[in-house]
Amino acid sequence: MSRLFYNIKQALTQIGRNKGMSLASFFAITAMMLILGLFFTISVNVNLFSEVVKQDYDTVELYLKDNVTADQTTKILTEARKLSGVTSVSYRTKEQALKIMKERWGESGYLLDSLGDNPLPNSILVKVDGVKAADRVSRYATTQSGIESTKYYKETVDKLNRITRYLQIGITVIMLFLVIVSVVVVSNTIKLTVFARAKEISIMKYIGATNWFIRGPFLVEGILIGVISSLISVAISYMIYARVVASIGTRLMTMLSSPLVSASYLTSNLTIIFLAMGVGIGACGSIISMRKFLDA
Amino acid sequence: MITLENVTKIYEGNNVGLENASINIDAGDFVFLVGPSGAGKSTFIKLILKEIEPDSGSIWVGDYDVTNLSNREVPQLRRKIGMVFQDFRLLPKKTVFENVAFAMEILHKSRRSIRRRVPQILRLVGIEDKRDRYPMELSAGEQQRVAIARAIINNPKVLIADEPTGNLDPVTAEDIMQLLDEINMTGTTILMVTHARDIVDKMNKRVVAIENGHIVRDEFGQYGYSDSDFMDWGIFDNE
Ligand SMILES: Nc1ncnc2c1ncn2[C@@H]1O[C@H](COP(=O)(O)OP(=O)(O)OP(=O)(O)O)[C@@H](O)[C@H]1O
Ligand SMILES: [Mg+2]
Repeated sequence: MSRLFYNIKQALTQIGRNKGMSLASFFAITAMMLILGLFFTISVNVNLFSEVVKQDYDTVELYLKDNVTADQTTKILTEARKLSGVTSVSYRTKEQALKIMKERWGESGYLLDSLGDNPLPNSILVKVDGVKAADRVSRYATTQSGIESTKYYKETVDKLNRITRYLQIGITVIMLFLVIVSVVVVSNTIKLTVFARAKEISIMKYIGATNWFIRGPFLVEGILIGVISSLISVAISYMIYARVVASIGTRLMTMLSSPLVSASYLTSNLTIIFLAMGVGIGACGSIISMRKFLDA
Repeated sequence: MITLENVTKIYEGNNVGLENASINIDAGDFVFLVGPSGAGKSTFIKLILKEIEPDSGSIWVGDYDVTNLSNREVPQLRRKIGMVFQDFRLLPKKTVFENVAFAMEILHKSRRSIRRRVPQILRLVGIEDKRDRYPMELSAGEQQRVAIARAIINNPKVLIADEPTGNLDPVTAEDIMQLLDEINMTGTTILMVTHARDIVDKMNKRVVAIENGHIVRDEFGQYGYSDSDFMDWGIFDNE
């Protein structure tokens, strides 16, 4: 235990001594993690969105203008019902809409309390049996002056899922590249320490130290670099995300009818992911840096 | 304890390290390994430590079949062999105590046993009063004693010394030889590479001479080369 403590102290000294390279390591790992964090943020939010709007999947929602008369509403209700592919039609007041939204948002429901005036419109819900019918309903909606806008969740969800998938491929390629860069940078950083302690290493080998024993302090240094980088990344991600949620969060949320994942939930997940990656990259980097020194 | 059978090691560029060498060193032996520069003495030692692999032949150290040892088992082999070098190879930033304790830490020995054993060994090699000094603050002879303490602290079966008196004045060298002799008397096999004729002659031990990678002589007693041989080798200018 005290040995680990000693190793950590040594590693910190060493990181301070090799400032330039250590900074390069932090920078490379942090950049990679922030990109990963951005993607993670997008995909958890898309997942949450898909989850929340699942019940409305086959529904085209027609948002009504505030000044629509009862007659106009009735007219739209009856006409929409007659369109082919439409299975049912119903009217939802803005109060009902808010209540339902609150239920669906679950834990995040309290966020809606801060809205003050109910920003949701009255609406007509048109259940359809497919994309074609949805198109028909949308086209009909554009002819009606009482309808402000339409929303078809299936389309939105599909589009978002498609975007996330493309993003996933792009991010995977970038990530792979950045992970390799990070490992190389870390291994070069640690190589400086390895060279500085080459004599000690050769003595250890003569005395009969196992390779893992010799690696110990260098592993600690690599892992420490990884851990520090991941904590920096978590802090930056949290600050950015919290700010985004605070500034455009509510607007975005009512627009999409879905809450954003809370900053604390996101941060706790990112912490785990970043720490695991940081430890992995640091360990790989230091093992690679010592390969030449340790092969028999 | 150490057995080589028809061992050959040719380096790149057809440099002969050792050629068809066979020898048997029994447990408890004290053996001088002598020969001109480039004869193959260091090669002999490196083969025993598995720092390098022979091209052919087999090597045994105690129960260890060195040639067929996996890389993972090499540390086990080296723990049976204590090493002492001409240049001491102490860690400059560690005290005498820490340098010696280091060899025990590597084997994950408990703090308690380290605190008990290190002073014993320091007393044995005669530097118990220097335990908190750094290597740079010691004389060459004292540094070599620290190195010997480190080499024997884990009770190796074999102690290999590569020119341990090479950097020492004659009087100090003699003290070190006496220490090695004492260690040998506790049953530790000693293999010592040296160019110091006077030491070999005085000790009257088994002398193995290597030349050009071949074991050319193996008998008890004297260093066995004439002064003109030294001239031919041209390496003893400062001895
Ligand atoms: N890594 C190597 N690559 C090529 N040739 C080598 C290598 N190591 C040693 N040799 C050659 O092998 C021969 C034996 O070398 P070795 O180091 O065993 O000599 P030595 O007896 O220890 O000499 P010295 O008394 O000077 O230490 C020499 O000719 C040397 O040049
Ligand atoms: Mg040599």
